[in-house]
Amino acid sequence: MATEFEELGAVPSFTVTLFVRRYNPEDGQEARWQDFDVQVHGTDRVLDALHKIKWEMDGSLTFRRSCAHGVCGSDAMRINGRNRLACKTLIKDLDITQPIFVEPIKGLEVEKDLVVDMNPFYQAYRDIKPFLIASDKPEKERLQSAADHAKFEDTTKCILCAACTTSCPVFWTDGQYFGPAAIVNAHRFIFDSRDEAAEVRIDILNDKEGVWRCRTTFNCTEACPRGIEVTKAIAEVKQAILRGKP
Amino acid sequence: MSVVIEQPRSPRSRKAANWEKYGWMYMRASGAILVILIFGHLFTNLWVGEGIHAIDFAFVGGKWSNPFWQVWDGLMLWLALIHGTNGMRTIVNDYTSREGVRKALTFALWGICAVLIVLGTLVIFTFDPCPANGLAANLPSFCPAR
Repeated sequence: MATEFEELGAVPSFTVTLFVRRYNPEDGQEARWQDFDVQVHGTDRVLDALHKIKWEMDGSLTFRRSCAHGVCGSDAMRINGRNRLACKTLIKDLDITQPIFVEPIKGLEVEKDLVVDMNPFYQAYRDIKPFLIASDKPEKERLQSAADHAKFEDTTKCILCAACTTSCPVFWTDGQYFGPAAIVNAHRFIFDSRDEAAEVRIDILNDKEGVWRCRTTFNCTEACPRGIEVTKAIAEVKQAILRGKP
Repeated sequence: MSVVIEQPRSPRSRKAANWEKYGWMYMRASGAILVILIFGHLFTNLWVGEGIHAIDFAFVGGKWSNPFWQVWDGLMLWLALIHGTNGMRTIVNDYTSREGVRKALTFALWGICAVLIVLGTLVIFTFDPCPANGLAANLPSFCPAR
């Protein structure tokens, strides 16, 4: 009887094979694939499988994660060739008859296993001045109409996970391009009616490595785990540059 | 006593004219015009009248004796070559890592583009199917000298 009840309430579990891209700068070896057979539940995400590997099979596996619930943007990785958040990707949604391939996001230098150097990405973000620039003192609320807010609401959702920027083939070439994430965050302030430095940001992005390198391949829009229409935002910034104002 | 804090990272100074913006605008504008020019070209050459069977030396000669088609083909030549070369330049920028190689390839691209534009324009606007000093036997059948 007891076993029957257990089976009724049990979440189905199955075994999947994960191929994880391993790299250790200290062992002098090239990056390589290592496979793990992991017993997972139907409710598990790729992050849970990685945890299982790290906690029960190989403690040396290195990856970033913080909130583990799709908000902090730490665990963007390339899963089966697509940039996604490991904490938002259910294993059952992938093709589990095949192995699951997990590798670091492309275009940024790998430091260890799935951890990349995010500094060039953050530098591009800093370069577009991601803060409100206003001349008046913040003594009272800066009011804004719902219509004005709607202009940039989509781009406020960015969590800086770098999934978009590292899915961009132009960014892969030399890493000099500002990248979708920086442009999205510039968009967030350029189209904010309370901000007064749109021209400054427009000038920054009207650069050799700015918005004009965008080739509208839509990789960024597909990669964004927050569903931001990234390519549309970039196009709106291009329009703003042509107009010279938001 | 109040402390005066400098503005963090004052705006960058305005740079010289930025060609990337104009390049981007050119690609869109020329692309839109080329769609009309190229489909118009295909329509008149391959569809109207006898269609593809009408194309021979005399057909081309006849078109290039008409200022309308001279301008049409000239525009198509200039817009398409600059459009294509600018596209190639973008690819060169993407795939070259060394500055010297990039400069050399870009220089070669625009050089080839310029030569082709000059030759093409010369042909379109100075084309004479029956040159006065031509050997009669080499002239096409419709020339009076033959």
